[in-house]
Amino acid sequence: MAYLELDQVGKQFGAQTVVDDFSLAVGKGEFISFLGPSGCGKTTTLQMVAGFLDPTRGAIRLEGRDLIAVHPARRGLGIVFQSYALFPHMTAAENVAFGLEMRKVPRTERAERVRSALAMVGLVGYEDRHPRRMSGGQQQRVALARALVIRPSVLLLDEPLSNLDAKLREDMQIELRQIQRTLGTTTILVTHDQNEAMSLSDRIVVMSQGRIEQIGTPQETYERPASAFVSQFLGKTNDFAATIDRSAASARLVAGSWSAAAPAGFTGPVTISVRPERIGFGDAGLAAKIVTRIFQGNYWLFQCESECGPAIVIRQNDGQPQPAEGEAVRLAWRPEDTSLRAGVAE
Amino acid sequence: MSAVADTAPQGAAEERSARAPWALTAPALMLFVGVLLIPLAMTVMLSFHDWGQYKGIEPVFILKNWREIATDLYYAEMFWRTFRIALLTTLITAVLGAPEACILNRMSGRWKSFFLLVILGPLLISVVARTLGWALLFGGNNGLVNKLLMSLGLIGTPLRFMFTETGMVVALAHVMMPFMVLSVWAALQRLDPQIENAALSLGAGSLTIIRRIIMPQIMPGVMSGAIIVFSLSASAFATPAIIGGRRLKVAATLAYDEFLNTLNWPLGAAVAILLLMALVLIVVGSNALIERRYAEAFR
Repeated sequence: MAYLELDQVGKQFGAQTVVDDFSLAVGKGEFISFLGPSGCGKTTTLQMVAGFLDPTRGAIRLEGRDLIAVHPARRGLGIVFQSYALFPHMTAAENVAFGLEMRKVPRTERAERVRSALAMVGLVGYEDRHPRRMSGGQQQRVALARALVIRPSVLLLDEPLSNLDAKLREDMQIELRQIQRTLGTTTILVTHDQNEAMSLSDRIVVMSQGRIEQIGTPQETYERPASAFVSQFLGKTNDFAATIDRSAASARLVAGSWSAAAPAGFTGPVTISVRPERIGFGDAGLAAKIVTRIFQGNYWLFQCESECGPAIVIRQNDGQPQPAEGEAVRLAWRPEDTSLRAGVAE
Repeated sequence: MSAVADTAPQGAAEERSARAPWALTAPALMLFVGVLLIPLAMTVMLSFHDWGQYKGIEPVFILKNWREIATDLYYAEMFWRTFRIALLTTLITAVLGAPEACILNRMSGRWKSFFLLVILGPLLISVVARTLGWALLFGGNNGLVNKLLMSLGLIGTPLRFMFTETGMVVALAHVMMPFMVLSVWAALQRLDPQIENAALSLGAGSLTIIRRIIMPQIMPGVMSGAIIVFSLSASAFATPAIIGGRRLKVAATLAYDEFLNTLNWPLGAAVAILLLMALVLIVVGSNALIERRYAEAFR
């Protein structure tokens, strides 16, 4: 049985539907990300789980019990906010202790749990600091310790890393994942950063305009995107218009001068989507000309103009000579690296 | 152009840049010295002069006025009353103004601006007109306020508002409310909008949130509002003059009477200077206390 279950949850603000028909079963100990652009309803969904908003439709259950009927103060969920929302008039230790105080945890046990929570996030020696005298990363850690010290049934993270600089964000991602693995706390992360979602989560829920586009592991959503939105939102991709040619004995999938055996179940115009790192320069394939070549250290980024429109290609910087700008090339990729959708790309 | 500047002696450039701030602030500084510092110094001097019914002011240096203020209980009572009224007014504005600001802060768009205007209203009307308005409302046993309180069954017999401290405090609290509300409101603006949700998620009830999370964070705002209200109430003139009348005097009306009715300018000056010193001491003292109390969390 699912640990946390959202069953056809919907949220309406006046005439506007912000979240629609959201169904998800989260297993115990799982790390789930809600990924989508701003305004896609991911934060609204998180707030409904937290209890700050009531869903218009549907049910939310934790271990089979109805969660909507439970007052937000009694849900026992740990929440880390984008702004951290630390209590500025309390020290780090007082911030962390607050949730335990509310639960009437005895003083000695409280002190011990606060100490170990701060140790877990690497803030030993910062107990008596006030939040305004700590860096963004340290505040973030206090917020995490404060949410985890109450041993929440579910940890909710609302864009917790978006206010940190890139280097710190990476460090925190690794740390967050380790802490979550160690404690085994079921976690929901809301983010608009696809890298963050992919590196942290067991499963990603890709959302757009209040609807779920796809639920799957990071690999599934990246390699087999269920919709044009998912393929474009997760990483870079090339969309080419293609046709199915049935004139020969076996049907062929054709895009410009590139072709492969057509999979069953598709007719008429289709869109094929290929990740830029799966495309190589070969002797046969889609004819293209390199417009710009950008050196990125560990890889080269090529912007090409192909028969089927603009294309981007990423090649590892493996020491091999790379084509120059203006050079005519052939773009080739394996049929299994192609994901196929009916209809023509916009 | 730059070559000229480069070759100019460095000392001269430095001197010029050192003079610039003085030159730029000179007009304001002169005004400040001319209309504030000099008259203030003259008032201090005046408070040491002698005065007699028939001889007028004598420019001598004696402690007569100060000794009179220090020994005559009449003045002690006057100052005690002044600060009692100011303190009560401050308490009332804090107790009513802080929740008022919280409610205002939670209102949405149009209602917020409307009620902000209502709160700022008292400041838009002349203090004399406003106080006379209160005088009309209080007016004797048949005043509107008494009629209302009696019809609500809150009091059995009419209260005396005119020429009492109660009346003064009520009118002053009304006048001073905007300062408290605005000051608390400014503190509320700095609150993290998610902070209540954070406390809620940790298991705090709404009373606990107000007591443990909101109150401590708006206290600096309440305190600075209190300093403004206290100093303005203690030195208020028009409201005590109209509501308090000729007999129930406070420090400001006392100084006025000494100057313009008794014509004992030196004694009036001494009263005014004493009020000023007491206020400066109280304000600076409480400000230092607040800064030390909240320095750690709110720098």
